[in-house]
Amino acid sequence: MTNVSVTVNGQVREADVEPRTLLVYFLREHLGLTGTNVGCDTSTCGSCTVLVDGESVKSCTMLTAQADGREVSTIESMADGDTLHPIQDAFHRNHGLQCGYCTPGMVMAAASYLKENPAPTEEEVREALEGNLCRCTGYQNIVKSILDAAGSMSGART
Amino acid sequence: MIPASFEYARAESVDHAIELLGGADDAKILAGGHSLLPLMKTRLAQPSMLVDITRIGDLSYIREDDDQIAIGALTRHHDVANSELLQQAVPIVADTAEQIGDPQVRHVGTIGGSIAHADPAGDMGTVMLALGASFVVRGAAGASRTVAAGDFFKGLFHADLAANEVLTEIRVPKTTGGWSYLKFHRRAIDWAMVGVAAVQRNGSATVALTNMGETPIRAAGVEEALADGADPATASQRADEGTTPPSDAFGSAEYRKEVSKVLVRRALEEALA
Amino acid sequence: MVATENYVGSPVLRKEDAKLLTGQATYVDNQTMAGMAWMSLVRPPHVHATIDSIDTSAAASMPGVVAVYTAADLEDAFPSSLPMVWPITEDIKIPTHWPLTKDKIRFAGDAVAVVLAETREQAEDAAEAVTVSATDLPVVNDLEEAAKDEVVLHEDLGTNVVVHWSHGGGGDQSVFDSAPVILQERYAQPRLIPNAIETRGCLAYGIPAAGEFTLVTASQIPHIARVGLSIATGIPQSKLRIIAPDVGGGFGSKLNVYAEEALALAIARKTGRPVKWIETRQENYLATIHGRGVLHDCTLAGTDDGDILGMKFVELADMGAYFQLLTPGIPELGAWVYMGPYDTKAYWYEFRGIMTNATPTDAYRGAGRPEATFVIERLVDAYARKIGMDPAEVRRKNFLPPSEEAFGSIMGLSIDSANYEPTFDKALELAEYDQLRKEQQARRDRGDVKQLGIGLSSYIEMCGLAPSEILGALRYVAGGWDAAEVECRPDGKVVVRTGTSPHGQGHETSWSQIVADGLGVTPDDVEVLHGDTSVSRLGMDTYGSRSASVGAEAVARALEKVRDKARTIAAHELEVSEDDLEWADGAFRVSGAPDKARTIPELAASAWHAHSLPKDMEPMLEGTAVWDPPNFTWPGGTHVCVVEVDTETGKTDILKYVAVDDCGNVINPMIVEGQVHGGVAQGVAEALYEEAIYDESGNLTTSSMTQYLVPTAVEIPPITQDRTVTPSTTNSLGVKGIGEAGTIASPPAVVNAVIDAVSHLGVKHIDKPASPERVWRAIQDAKTEGGAA
Repeated sequence: MTNVSVTVNGQVREADVEPRTLLVYFLREHLGLTGTNVGCDTSTCGSCTVLVDGESVKSCTMLTAQADGREVSTIESMADGDTLHPIQDAFHRNHGLQCGYCTPGMVMAAASYLKENPAPTEEEVREALEGNLCRCTGYQNIVKSILDAAGSMSGART
Repeated sequence: MIPASFEYARAESVDHAIELLGGADDAKILAGGHSLLPLMKTRLAQPSMLVDITRIGDLSYIREDDDQIAIGALTRHHDVANSELLQQAVPIVADTAEQIGDPQVRHVGTIGGSIAHADPAGDMGTVMLALGASFVVRGAAGASRTVAAGDFFKGLFHADLAANEVLTEIRVPKTTGGWSYLKFHRRAIDWAMVGVAAVQRNGSATVALTNMGETPIRAAGVEEALADGADPATASQRADEGTTPPSDAFGSAEYRKEVSKVLVRRALEEALA
Repeated sequence: MVATENYVGSPVLRKEDAKLLTGQATYVDNQTMAGMAWMSLVRPPHVHATIDSIDTSAAASMPGVVAVYTAADLEDAFPSSLPMVWPITEDIKIPTHWPLTKDKIRFAGDAVAVVLAETREQAEDAAEAVTVSATDLPVVNDLEEAAKDEVVLHEDLGTNVVVHWSHGGGGDQSVFDSAPVILQERYAQPRLIPNAIETRGCLAYGIPAAGEFTLVTASQIPHIARVGLSIATGIPQSKLRIIAPDVGGGFGSKLNVYAEEALALAIARKTGRPVKWIETRQENYLATIHGRGVLHDCTLAGTDDGDILGMKFVELADMGAYFQLLTPGIPELGAWVYMGPYDTKAYWYEFRGIMTNATPTDAYRGAGRPEATFVIERLVDAYARKIGMDPAEVRRKNFLPPSEEAFGSIMGLSIDSANYEPTFDKALELAEYDQLRKEQQARRDRGDVKQLGIGLSSYIEMCGLAPSEILGALRYVAGGWDAAEVECRPDGKVVVRTGTSPHGQGHETSWSQIVADGLGVTPDDVEVLHGDTSVSRLGMDTYGSRSASVGAEAVARALEKVRDKARTIAAHELEVSEDDLEWADGAFRVSGAPDKARTIPELAASAWHAHSLPKDMEPMLEGTAVWDPPNFTWPGGTHVCVVEVDTETGKTDILKYVAVDDCGNVINPMIVEGQVHGGVAQGVAEALYEEAIYDESGNLTTSSMTQYLVPTAVEIPPITQDRTVTPSTTNSLGVKGIGEAGTIASPPAVVNAVIDAVSHLGVKHIDKPASPERVWRAIQDAKTEGGAA
């Protein structure tokens, strides 16, 4: 067993875990944060994307021990009560989700990316999503949602 | 999918890592983990111990050192890609880092991890070869040696690293002329089917290839033709000399050879423009 | 007065989104129970082998292991093998398909044992420790090889050619010998892996003493699964509840009754513990159904000025190693659209279903119709090229005219309504077709490295599965109806129970729009319940673009019953005759005295307290409808794809994609557009990227998402969309269905474009997926042939 202390969505969570415990299962099965999904097992689909120290990572390809002492943010931390985060709201307004399974990963990937590039072009958004697969939307409205969110988030800042 | 059980140890320093590695059979270094953990999840790799070196704080840096840039082995692809120093002094390294994996992978994966993994489909090894980079390797009892990129890649997933050695630094010469790294792949997220790095040097160019053999390799025939004054179109016809590319679901060896010629010409046209 | 609006036809934002966006979805892996144990399957590394022995002893003694079972241990658990519900011919040979294979492994992924353990990790560890000794047999994966029966998968059947179905002979067959132009082509379409991003998974639990069991399963078909799993496990339908919670995509892959579902129920019954199984992606590639996998020999008879006289298709279809729920019926689903939107004078279609040492095939988005549309649209392009006509002109010349006479399709079913040419014109106009042809010529004249290609695909669909009587005639064992209940609560809210089972399609929103319009409430006042056989008791679930035209129509009909009852109560309360009432501004109003009115919420309260209802009227304002459609629905449309092909590497980039569809009336245009986006993306994937590849020893080499090329946002192009509206005459809503249109239309549009880009170099055909290597080879081969000629 390895002792870990991970700050998850602002709360320090300590636990003894098997070294092989992947971060995504720590979140889902130890902490009950089931918003982060598992899709592919091979670090391809990005459904399991969370933020570690503010940057997107695939939590199915990270040991919990690697997140020890770090800050992890999951989809559960995005909305403020009933008020959706601007990225979530943009996905809603632009029909950026269908079955919803890839959605938490998409939202977290977008949150990380828009911090790096607050005013992306469509092409840049598509490239920024290369690590997130969606089977329902053809990406059309996901790209539209993220461009829309970028606009509303920059509007909120000015 | 869950890895088989293993022991986990966190190295506090390079020497500590070397000590841990020496103390266990079949221990593996965990850097970003993006090559290793997928293999462990499918249980194709079942190491007895992982030595986590990511907390060794002083291995993530990019700094100028005379006519070279020194990059700490644990510097993440993301930081390599966004380094203003690299973008100015050796832009091919920053540009190539941006082409590796996807944003999530680049936030975790490290330049040292990807070079030490010695995957012939990895982009960075090829660029190192074309640049004539060198690697600093630390061993037991404070031993340190520097290996030229041309000597480092020994075989398929096999680098010149003993079980108790750690790659600590990558040293790349500054470039002043043109360059190009062209990656040919099916999807943006895929490994290179074929990659070509070309770096202008004294009016000629060094050229290296990704995924055209068991290691990153120099396109010796192309370089020779260029030295003899051939133009890119002519020189590129020799791109596949001495190559042994794989045949797999992405493409046959024969096809890869033909693509390498096209890419070498295009890379040379860019690098020598 | 209550202000009302027409919600139907408006892009109402989805009610489903909030929970999905915030991580509060109920996907099966998010559910857990006290005492739950984990199930893991043992899938030995053999493809075709006789099992000599299975050693479970090491696994059984591992930490946390509750039990390890082989088929022999579960002999009593399964009174019947897994169900196949479409025995399409009288003499079809049906392989026995047990949840765990008994004596032989027939494909990579065939499970021989199952482990139950306390944790997910322990179950995986123990499954790995089960050792199987097996004697390998020769493997047969190629369709034509398998048809020779040198290696037979199911000895008791004596052959791999288990079904032969033909639906031929329409029109004047002599055209296939006598027409001025006779074109013969062979098209191969590889197997595809559906790749819902959520893998399969289930959680079984119950009360063994009472014989009652519940299965929570990532399924498109809870109602059908209840019937199928009852057959497989012997649990009576009355004691078996199936719940499809939030489901992360299906695309046909969850339109099935699977071994793991039966195993989970059987083991929950045997052990008394809740049993959970979550599929890994690797298992998903091996053990969840594949789609396509067909080989067509095609003949087109025509005149030399572009009149199609006849089309003939002889197909071999890869069934895989067993039948799943619908396996042999999938090619037949395509059988009714092989004439496309064209006025052909003669047709012939037949197929043979072949068993191979590979994952069973079954419905994958489009199911039979993409396969058919691909070969027709390739064939029409090849014909145009052969006679030197523009492929657009050939299509235009042959469209069925918009007349009822023409709609009596030569395939034996009648098209409900259609008008193909305006759709086609709109697509060409949006694509700027004529301009593109000029640019293409300019590039050809210059000899550019990157050449332009324009691909067309005009398609028809047969949706709205299905009229039960026709299904019966086609030997499908179930009906094709669907059902809905509309219940008005005294607080003004409305509960709808639908028999459809959405998993991304937004039925909660769309059905709410219909109900809101009908009852003068808002969509937010309407709660749509689905996916639980104890809640929405009656239904036939979601597949085959049926939900709107059958399921929503059932809602509309239940709604009419509610309105009829409401009108009667309103007349009673307002003391007027029903004929004196009119529906206006969300209420029944007395003609000429509109202030005398009753809204539905008011009437719902009256019906609930029932203090003063009309004589003999039952309390509660509610209505149930079970709707069996009189016909299929027949959408159509034209898609145009514009590509740039690098003639040196063979790599294709899509520059433009135009989709103009006619799916009849539209309930929610935002959702309809989204369905087309996803369908087109899957079709682009089929055309350029995806292919399940088996090696010579029968192992799946594309065994993960790193090798099976599900495209990313970089590869999928922006899509330009428009619609024409030809309402369906099959249902009162006038809707036709849109879930599969994109997947049906797009593969030939893309492949035709790629071939068009290099046709001037002599290339005539490129198989799917048109990978860079395939395109490059086609160019090299054309050069060689051109040089030799």
